[in-house]
Amino acid sequence: MTVFPLLAVVLPFVAAFAGLLLSRRPHGRTESRPGSAANTRAAWIAVVPTAAAAVLALWLAWAPGFAFIEDATPGPAVGRTYGTIGTGAVPISLTLQADDLSAILGVLVTLVALAVQVYSVGYLHDDPRYPSYSAFISLFTSAMLLVVYAGDLLVLYVGWEVMGLCSYLLIGHWWEDKANSRAAIKAFLVTRLGDVGFLFGIFVLGGAAGSFRISEVLAKVPEMSTGTLVTATMLLLAGVAGKSAQVPLHTWLPDAMAGPTPISALIHAATMVAAGIFIVARLFPAFQGARPTLDVLAVMAALGMLGAALAALAQDDLKRVLAYSTISQLSYMAGGLAAGSDNAAIFHLLTHGAFKALLFLCAGAVIHHVGSNLMSQMGGLRRALPVTFVTMTIGFAALAGLPPASGFFSKDELLLTMDRALSGGGLTDAAALLLYGCALATVAVTGAYATRAWLRTFFGAARVVALPEPEPGTAHVVDIREAPRTMLVPIVLLSVPAVLLGFAGGLHVELGVAAISVVLALLGAGVVYAFWRSDPLADPARLLGPLRVPCERAFYVDGVYAALFVRPVLVLARLVVRTDDVVVDGAVRGSGRSAQGLSGLLRLAQNGNVQLYVSGVLAGVLLIVVGAVVFA
Amino acid sequence: MTGWLPVALLAVPLLGALLLLVSPTVLRPWLRVYGLVVSGVALVLAVVMVATFDYGQAARPQFAIDREWIPGLGIHFHLAVDGISLPLIALTALLTFLCFVYLSWGDARGPGQLLRPRAGGARPRALVFTLLVLEVGMIGTFLALDLLLFFVFFEIVLIPMYFLIAIWGGKGRRGASIKFILYTLLGSVVMLLGLLLVWARTGTLDIVALGQAHGAGMPRAVQILAFVAIGVGLAVKTPMWPLHTWLPDAHTEAPTVGSVLLAGVLLKMGTYGFARIAIPVLPEGAAAVAPWLGAFAVVGIVYGALACLAQRDLKRMIAYSSVGHMGFVLLGFATLTTVGVNGALFANVAHGLITGLLFFLAGAIKERYGTADMRALGGGMLATLPHLGSVLTFAAIASLGVPGLAGFWGEMLSLFGAFQPAAGLPRGLFLTFMVIGGLGAVLTAAYFLVMLSRVTHGRPERAQAIPAVARSGASGVGGWPSDGSASPDSERSGWAGESPDSERAAWPGESPDSEQAAWAGEPPDSERVTGTIEGGAGGRVLRDIQGYEFAAWVPLIVLILLFGLWPKLLLSLTTPAVQTLLGALS
Repeated sequence: MTVFPLLAVVLPFVAAFAGLLLSRRPHGRTESRPGSAANTRAAWIAVVPTAAAAVLALWLAWAPGFAFIEDATPGPAVGRTYGTIGTGAVPISLTLQADDLSAILGVLVTLVALAVQVYSVGYLHDDPRYPSYSAFISLFTSAMLLVVYAGDLLVLYVGWEVMGLCSYLLIGHWWEDKANSRAAIKAFLVTRLGDVGFLFGIFVLGGAAGSFRISEVLAKVPEMSTGTLVTATMLLLAGVAGKSAQVPLHTWLPDAMAGPTPISALIHAATMVAAGIFIVARLFPAFQGARPTLDVLAVMAALGMLGAALAALAQDDLKRVLAYSTISQLSYMAGGLAAGSDNAAIFHLLTHGAFKALLFLCAGAVIHHVGSNLMSQMGGLRRALPVTFVTMTIGFAALAGLPPASGFFSKDELLLTMDRALSGGGLTDAAALLLYGCALATVAVTGAYATRAWLRTFFGAARVVALPEPEPGTAHVVDIREAPRTMLVPIVLLSVPAVLLGFAGGLHVELGVAAISVVLALLGAGVVYAFWRSDPLADPARLLGPLRVPCERAFYVDGVYAALFVRPVLVLARLVVRTDDVVVDGAVRGSGRSAQGLSGLLRLAQNGNVQLYVSGVLAGVLLIVVGAVVFA
Repeated sequence: MTGWLPVALLAVPLLGALLLLVSPTVLRPWLRVYGLVVSGVALVLAVVMVATFDYGQAARPQFAIDREWIPGLGIHFHLAVDGISLPLIALTALLTFLCFVYLSWGDARGPGQLLRPRAGGARPRALVFTLLVLEVGMIGTFLALDLLLFFVFFEIVLIPMYFLIAIWGGKGRRGASIKFILYTLLGSVVMLLGLLLVWARTGTLDIVALGQAHGAGMPRAVQILAFVAIGVGLAVKTPMWPLHTWLPDAHTEAPTVGSVLLAGVLLKMGTYGFARIAIPVLPEGAAAVAPWLGAFAVVGIVYGALACLAQRDLKRMIAYSSVGHMGFVLLGFATLTTVGVNGALFANVAHGLITGLLFFLAGAIKERYGTADMRALGGGMLATLPHLGSVLTFAAIASLGVPGLAGFWGEMLSLFGAFQPAAGLPRGLFLTFMVIGGLGAVLTAAYFLVMLSRVTHGRPERAQAIPAVARSGASGVGGWPSDGSASPDSERSGWAGESPDSERAAWPGESPDSEQAAWAGEPPDSERVTGTIEGGAGGRVLRDIQGYEFAAWVPLIVLILLFGLWPKLLLSLTTPAVQTLLGALS
């Protein structure tokens, strides 16, 4: 049992290598349909180890169950240390372990990854690059499991960074289109910018504790000065903002929709964005010791949740709606953490993982059918896609926080935590007020955008004209009524936790807060419905009025960043190249030229004129004689 | 008792080179095998050294041999190996061997085949001779434990590298080679002055004794002066900003094997000098100059990264990336901590592997497309040459420092060293360096990803993918869905050109005029065609990775993964040695 965490990490890792190296043999046999046999083999190589890892994760989570969410006394961690790496200062210990927190997250990661792997078999069945794609998903799973099970901060960082790499490779899967390539670069660079801060935060904690082991760092937290803790947590927060797509480093996530839809599900539900919330929960005692950091986190969360929800309300691309909703929901979790409850945040992370994965996979099925991401091309799909309609309805209900779907319970706990933070807790009053106000407003907006997406996709007149030739970056158009079974089975299975997971952590619903949130969500939904009802063909986003364009452009953050950071760096780069040529190398060439010039001067003496030489010799002799006479 | 091993490591390539002089004609038909065998024997010796090294005492110089060389001057022929030099010696032997693999196994039409006689004169015998002499100098530098012996080997390297660039280089080879040799010679002269100053003050040239003395007998001012002098010499070689401008020119013009050895080994000699001589022998000087060294290092990191971002030529870009990576190495040294120096040495080896691979790849691209200009390459390499594109992606990702690959640990440890610099160094300043270095790491990622986007992504504009034309048989790595890392048949097809018969048969078709005829007359077991270049050399065919290229690159890929996943291999080797070197400081 103690080696289970290691096995769970290693299995998908080996699968990734095997998938990359083995799945293309024997080559050259399947000329007519590029690599369908290879794809089948790659699918087995990908699915089986992930399933095995899921079994291991379930086994690890069996004993603790939902202990973390129920706030029970922490049980012992199951795991082992596989040696230490001496660095000359603080050693790195290769510890992999599963405690209450890791155990439940491990289940989330492996199950969603498994669903995504199975779904991808159908979604990309004739993609010639499916083998590498599924191998990268395996690597992604392995990296996230490494983050979850790591008992050492630097080991965790390894997984943390490898995830960034995998997101780059997968978002850029359809690299023929340069826009996808740019989105992949953006995702990698923005998260890496945060990761540098994250690494420095690890340095501060590790330096202060004299160890990178998480258990030892947490044990030393009470002895650390507030200054150290604030510095460390602020730096860690940079990494959290990057990975979990929080303001101000959130801009990569909507663009990451360039990847295949299953990848969006993986990134948005189980891996990558979950890592940021997870690390705050993991090091929560350190964050609780740093009040200013919690305030910053609260403000970031408040801005992020409302802004992203408004942006989601104005998008036309179905996947971008879901992307902005991810930012918004993650901000909820961050707000819950800031308000002082790590178990409420993790609870929402779990339910969100289930229903967001469900929503993305459903969206994939819709896109698969329509051949376009745009909602203006959809409509009336509830007859064509009955299964997808039902499951996606469940997903939207959970997203909007309507009972009895899972999102209702977890969101209720978060709102309750923020409510309590108003009267005492780690936050300053202003931050707590802002957080709670934004959270309530967001509930209404969430109801609105979920309803809008639901109505525009499944109701109204069918506007579909299947595109004859699929655009790059979208799945192929198929002429069947529903998606293939490999796609439907994961969707149906995921809808079960999306409904039922809310009952997991024991039912404690605070009626007052619950009533307010349901009323607000219904209010938002009702307004959108009224607008839609008046004109089913027009976009209900028009209710935003003059705010619509700024919301659609996500408040121009991308443009501001491009003007503030990207262009100056490029200008600077050109400047450096010119400086290098003119100044630095210019000095080198200049010294070369001046040496040549000097030698040219000296050469004038060597003109072959014997008279001049003899005169020179005589002059020299004369000088020496005079010198000798004078100084002797 | 085991002192024969370092001597043999030097003697094998040296005798190999001398034998070429003695019998110019006898060896001619065997030249390609000859270089391979000689460097292979050297590699075997290096492997024996790695295997028999006493890892329990990595700090102690092992396999020592100490003979008087010039008694009148007290110069000793003192060679030995410890935990710092062992990885570098193995790296040198490996890279040299891989260069010969690259040169020796391809068929005549393969890119970068300088050992094939062709019109215009490739001078194969001279090339083998040059490379072997180069190996003597490189290994000797890492073995020497006598200041002047070190200097002698340090200088020996320059001459073959000069010829390598000047004879087998690209269009601007003349200027580049002259700049290279004058610049580095100038640096060496300054270094020699520093070494002589140390000698004059202490009366000994023995590096071990000097290191154990920890600068005793030299007042602080002398130490600073000597450190600056030696440091400038080493910094030119490293290269440290702003003494780097010889590097891009040399790299751009050098032939593939020249670039690989230049980046993979020659730059390491500069940084090795810091670890071996400058810091342990002159600890007070090092402590005084360290903040400056760190400042130049981080400027180099950011400057190199920015220069890469605006670079258009692939080889030039990789050359500038070396400036940035070497900045991390120098930053590690400047911290004067065990962890920082460990990081520097790790980054050193990792850079040798990764940048060696990158230059192999850049060379392969340049040979295929006839240019390394990224705009002219036109993108879409993953579609036209999928394997080359994949390996390029791998190398770029390794170079930008993703954990799990070798590039990460060195940079991380260097930054951690800067987080806690040695006592006596200004911590605030080094924290600033750390932050700038971290931002430099982001910029490093930026330029590599932009390069990948330009070269490997997008639709191929210039090269038009044509439906795979299998001339005959479906062997080879050229096919789209095949992954050549496990393709024995393709390698066999690469080696098929080994037999003397087919070699001779290929000669007549080698003159530039009949090049196309040679293409048309491909032997039956040729690679599959994956694409053509329009407007290139008249419908010239692009071929994906060849067997000999794989043979040369796979060891590097494996080692990059190995050191990335198991950094302890290297760290456990360097840590005790570094602790001994820094004895006076920590």
